[in-house]
Amino acid sequence: MAWSLSSRASQLGPPAAWSLVRGVLPFLACVAVAILAQVILKPFLITTLGWDFAAKMIVDVGINIVLAVSLTLVNGFTGQFSIGHAAFMAVGGYTAAAIVYYGSYRIAGNPDLAGGVLSSMLVGREAPWFTPHDLLFLVAMLAGGVVAALCGYLVGLPSLRLKGDYLAIVTLGFGEIVRVLIQSQTGDVLYDPEEIAQTPAWKLAGSLGGSLGFSGLPFYTSFFWVYLLVLVTLLLAWRIKNSSYGRALISIREDEIASEAMGVDTTRFKIRAFVLSAFLAGCAGALFAHTVGVQLNAAELGFVKSFDIIIMVVLGGLGSISGAVIAAIILTILPEALRGVAEYRMVAYAVALIVMMLVRPKGLLGVHEVWERAAWDWLLGASKRKGAGR
Amino acid sequence: MLEVESLAVSYGAIKALHGIGLRVGRGEIVTLIGSNGAGKSTTLRAISGLVRPAAGSKIVYDGTSIASRPPHEIVRMGLVQSPEGRGVFPNMTVEENLELGAYVRSDRDGIDADREKALSLFPRLKERFRQSAGTLSGGEQQMLAMARALMARPRLLLLDEPSLGLAPQIVQVIFRIIREINAGGTTILLVEQNAHMALKVAHRAYVLEVGRIVMEGPAAELAASDQVKNAYMGRHA
Ligand SMILES: Nc1ncnc2c1ncn2[C@@H]1O[C@H](COP(=O)(O)OP(=O)(O)O)[C@@H](O)[C@H]1O
Ligand SMILES: [Mg+2]
Repeated sequence: MAWSLSSRASQLGPPAAWSLVRGVLPFLACVAVAILAQVILKPFLITTLGWDFAAKMIVDVGINIVLAVSLTLVNGFTGQFSIGHAAFMAVGGYTAAAIVYYGSYRIAGNPDLAGGVLSSMLVGREAPWFTPHDLLFLVAMLAGGVVAALCGYLVGLPSLRLKGDYLAIVTLGFGEIVRVLIQSQTGDVLYDPEEIAQTPAWKLAGSLGGSLGFSGLPFYTSFFWVYLLVLVTLLLAWRIKNSSYGRALISIREDEIASEAMGVDTTRFKIRAFVLSAFLAGCAGALFAHTVGVQLNAAELGFVKSFDIIIMVVLGGLGSISGAVIAAIILTILPEALRGVAEYRMVAYAVALIVMMLVRPKGLLGVHEVWERAAWDWLLGASKRKGAGR
Repeated sequence: MLEVESLAVSYGAIKALHGIGLRVGRGEIVTLIGSNGAGKSTTLRAISGLVRPAAGSKIVYDGTSIASRPPHEIVRMGLVQSPEGRGVFPNMTVEENLELGAYVRSDRDGIDADREKALSLFPRLKERFRQSAGTLSGGEQQMLAMARALMARPRLLLLDEPSLGLAPQIVQVIFRIIREINAGGTTILLVEQNAHMALKVAHRAYVLEVGRIVMEGPAAELAASDQVKNAYMGRHA
């Protein structure tokens, strides 16, 4: 990823050392906040209040925020239309699962949870601050992201060279291929330590559970890992939006020909955005795979899941980071709250989309952020016009 | 400064240009006139690298062949287009549009200075500086498109129908500014359907008809010729 992490403004003016600090410090702050969420918020919610369910929702919300915001880079900023985001989740999830599961066997002889304080949602569990398994999980998550990014590159390269909606078709196909391959072409998950120790790695990589799903994964996903990824994703998205890279991406959405005429290498930028988006989705998939109560199964990471994420991006406003966050929160909690009628979710989404296209075709916040005055002008202005009989 | 020879372009089976030639000298305003569908935009697109010319086409800019270069490299060489239909970025402010115009540059001071220059050329844009480009009037959008192209500090500026769909007074303003830009040292290749105005500001002109150059010469001479008067200036004659 060749993204420059510092915005244009910070490259100028102050000396290089200072801008390095400004570039790195926010990431350290992300780590600190994620640690606080884990060591203070988690026990408070679960032990003090007894809100286990809320804690579970907060994890789900976080993963969906990462998915929605990463898709915003492509569908929102760049104006391309990917409809296979869940496939990158699946690729990242299965990659990470294989590394964590079989890696644990090779290290410890069993797949049991053996991370430190930061790597579980269990309470009252005595654990050191840090164990080698935390590192294993981190490596697995990053590997999931990298493999997903690689797939993103291979999928994006042919389709993003062209103008038009080729990406939609190709990502749709890619999603189905990933799902079918994992479901029908992978063998049973192995669980005999002897056998695992003797099976070569490439063969382990093909033992992902097939249509039964990948069972027996340890639950490493915690407030720490989820909110670390959420914050890093938000920070990246925010910096991109406010950098010259981001403006170039947005100009592609606004008018691709004009953007090219201004000297933006549109193909390269579209691919970069797509690859970064796939990387983040892969990391999110890794977290999803190791969440309490989740059994990783490619069947659940098909088109319907991709569509869920698209709805979040579209409802939030194509190009609005805060809009995607708000939509991700609402659309994660709402189906839970309306459990009884959750089967009608797709119908409700369709209706919501149609209504939105009529009333507010650019989504809740348009391209603006929730704290920008223009967002409120947009929200209120649109309803004023409606009131005037338009 | 720019030499085009046997430039041919096809869109699939449709041949839009049948091997045209034209030349733009340093400091000139050259206009390419012709009716709708003649291939004017295609010519500019090919020069900018936005469409691929057929094999054998020659486009030489400042002594360098650019016939198969990608657009972002061509812009970096100082050959910049303000595309047809303006193509401003509607959800970006005037300021952000101008910033994007300078996308290929990194000399912050030069960019700031050029922005001030562009804003003094188009005072209307100064008043609308923080407004979304999509909310501007047609004339203002045209001004923004031109100012944005200037932000790339072009040595050769390609303008595709800057007067399209604008009220007559605005057209006057736009053409006055085209002269000013040229007086400031920028060479201009101007594509127009409004032959009357284009021939007034240009030094030399080419007439394009269904993919072929049919006439060329000093603008004043073409403006006086009966053929051009009848075919392209009927409305004004
Ligand atoms: N993108 C395109 N695809 C197919 N045909 C095109 C395209 N753009 C232009 N053409 C055709 O090429 C010819 C020249 O078009 P154009 O260069 O836009 O003319 P002008 O700018 O002089 O009006 C026309 O016949 C037009 O229909
Ligand atoms: Mg045209």
